[in-house]
Amino acid sequence: MTETASKPGQTEVWITGIGLATSLGEGLDANWAALQEKRINVDEKGFAPYIVHPLMPVSFDSQIPKKGDQRQMEAWQRIGTYAAGLALDSAGIKGNKDILSKIDMVVAAGGGERDLNVDTGVLTAEAKGANAPGFLNERLMSDLRPTLFLAQLSNLLAGNIAIVHGLGGTSRTFMGEEVAGADAARIALARIASGESDIALVGGSHNGERKDLMVLYEFGDFNLKDKFAPVWARKDHAGFALGSAGAFLVLESKAHAEARGAKPFAKLSSVVADLARRKQPGDMAATLEKLWGQLPKREGKGAIISGATGAEPATSEERGFLKGHADFPVRSTGTMFGHTMETQFPLGLALAALSISRGALFPPNDSTGTEIEMQGAPTQIVVVGAGHWRGEGMALVEAVG
Amino acid sequence: MTAPRDKFGRPVVVVTGMGIMTSLGAGKADNWAKLVAGESGIRTITRFPVEGLKTTMAGTVDFVSVDPFSSTGLSERMAEIVTQEALEQAGIGAKADFPGPLFLAVAPVEVEWPQRRELGRAVGAPDFTYDDLLRISGGGKYSAYHHRFMFGSVAAHLAETFGTKGSPISLSTACASGATSIQLGVEAIRRGETDAALCVATDGTVNPEALVRFSLLSALSTQNDPPQAASRPFSKNRDGFVMAEGAGALVLESYEAAVARGAKILGVIAGCGELTDSFHRTRSSPDGKPIIGCMNKTLADAGMTPDQIDHINAHGTATPENDKMEFNTTSAVFGDLAQKIPVTSNKSMVGHTISAAGAVEAIFSLLTLEHQRIPPTINYDNPDPTILFDVVGNKARDARVTAVMSNSFGFGGQNASLILTREPA
Repeated sequence: MTETASKPGQTEVWITGIGLATSLGEGLDANWAALQEKRINVDEKGFAPYIVHPLMPVSFDSQIPKKGDQRQMEAWQRIGTYAAGLALDSAGIKGNKDILSKIDMVVAAGGGERDLNVDTGVLTAEAKGANAPGFLNERLMSDLRPTLFLAQLSNLLAGNIAIVHGLGGTSRTFMGEEVAGADAARIALARIASGESDIALVGGSHNGERKDLMVLYEFGDFNLKDKFAPVWARKDHAGFALGSAGAFLVLESKAHAEARGAKPFAKLSSVVADLARRKQPGDMAATLEKLWGQLPKREGKGAIISGATGAEPATSEERGFLKGHADFPVRSTGTMFGHTMETQFPLGLALAALSISRGALFPPNDSTGTEIEMQGAPTQIVVVGAGHWRGEGMALVEAVG
Repeated sequence: MTAPRDKFGRPVVVVTGMGIMTSLGAGKADNWAKLVAGESGIRTITRFPVEGLKTTMAGTVDFVSVDPFSSTGLSERMAEIVTQEALEQAGIGAKADFPGPLFLAVAPVEVEWPQRRELGRAVGAPDFTYDDLLRISGGGKYSAYHHRFMFGSVAAHLAETFGTKGSPISLSTACASGATSIQLGVEAIRRGETDAALCVATDGTVNPEALVRFSLLSALSTQNDPPQAASRPFSKNRDGFVMAEGAGALVLESYEAAVARGAKILGVIAGCGELTDSFHRTRSSPDGKPIIGCMNKTLADAGMTPDQIDHINAHGTATPENDKMEFNTTSAVFGDLAQKIPVTSNKSMVGHTISAAGAVEAIFSLLTLEHQRIPPTINYDNPDPTILFDVVGNKARDARVTAVMSNSFGFGGQNASLILTREPA
């Protein structure tokens, strides 16, 4: 039902562009170098006791030249618009009006970056006795910046990408936390594989340095507190450390890529997703196992890139699933980049394609034995994305040829 | 007998179930009766104080109770009710076992003021910082709010309740969201991934901050008195849209699957199209090219020509810019026919249901095809002389309608159109 594996007669879909702006740096080389050095960028103080993986500062001007455009966005949109520009550059289509006028965009987005001063101002005034019926209305009318709404709307990440980079094809925004990133890739792949589309920009962005988001996740006690540990080593100290990142991919039919002489990083063979009920222990692991079975046969040198969050019980469920495939070396993006929510799955796809194109999986960074060394070049990488609360996605990225 | 495939060799996609809710009421029968009678669902807001607001009316759905109240909770409840109605009509699958995926258009979700105020009170001090709010948020006391304010929570609830298959997709393309949910369903069926899809769109976000946000962008009508006269599409004295709540659900099936199980076919989704506008965050490109391209793509997708469209269900928000732009772009696509094809805007009566509008208006378009009667555009007393549409003003009109184009244009350059027909082309 949700399977989009390449079928006979369907076109092969290549990943021809990758754009990354993360807590480890900007661009493929900087991220790759940090992964090789097992360098993790966490801030344990700025939001203490909560831990975040802050964005490595970038010069937004290079991808968002107009200051006016930058002012119209909040951080999550600037990060995403920036990373999307890097992906277009990487694919060699930046500024190519013929292609950008028809490119299909599928973006995974959250939204709602709030003005904390306005929120706190209203609440403290009410605590001090402000209780006129129209008090909230009046404060919001006078204190909210008119353009803030546009910086909050989920579909305005895609809107800003279209405006800044001149994209004139189609634009769809999927919401729904982690699995939205998998579904964005799933739908873009299905559309290209079936011939509905030739080329698509897919990805997401997230600003983890947000206290309003921490409140939301704190409701469910999901925030990692006090001390950083790799994702697999958080069993008795569960939680995720929010991360800031933008990750975008250019997906393209093989024919379209070849016609313009574009080289692939890898091919995206399949993306599958489901919604486990997660009522009983084992539900989620069973769904991951089902998705694993829906992927095309793995015969090459395989590995797994997991987006496990560190939150429980999801992370333990996923570890149980991974134990059943212990011959596949595992890497965790959550350990290295923090939890970037909607962006985690596109980030996993990007690192899978990068690992395949560079002929090596990046090294493990784990004390529990879940991640093991890998010798030689991976040819098939399974990307796993299980949401901290709901939603499971999986993809197979393969070497071309 | 009609061919199960369209002229491009794709499965024909039909509608076999519909459910609707607007400020006019619940269900197709009630909505249709009031719509053709020219009734307005717009009223002065009573859900929360309106002091200090420039706009004090909206098309609220006040007859559905949600406890504890939240806009997301109302969106979810409305979606559930319209889905139930659509499934009953379609008679598809078993209880809680819908044989296909869910595509849900839903307003972006965030923690809302009642919950934020609850936190503020829980701090228990007259002076505090945001960190104090954060500090008291954990410990499990508010764990229900985590689930409530996940973007995927409404879709997860519907998927579990109705047993849709696979990963439900929650989407936003602003005011075009409802149309996009239908488009995703059509594409999944055309690709042969599924024989059926559940497309739902819902929006229950008439709350103080949402109203303020649109107000600050000068998008809303301020003709508060009488509220029923506020939404004036195509009128000279239109001054903005009216926020509204509502939901629509459509069961889509391949023609072949619907016929095989003996389902009644309510209409055909003959074509869908979308085209993004990269001109501005809230305004259309002055040359209208993206909207023109969107309509042309939709005609091409349906394999139809402009002369085959005999009714347009307009986006018709009643903002000064939109209606003018819609006439100009429609003229560019339809030529002289733009002044001959009857046009109506449901938003004159139900207001702008934002994320739900595309689906709500697709359902009204299908009901128009069924009843061969076009609902009116009310408050059309002072026509804009530069908008030369044949507006179905104030009174419903009987007409031969075989194909309707329904348009949705939104913030962020989102344009989407649908063509709905009675029979497969």
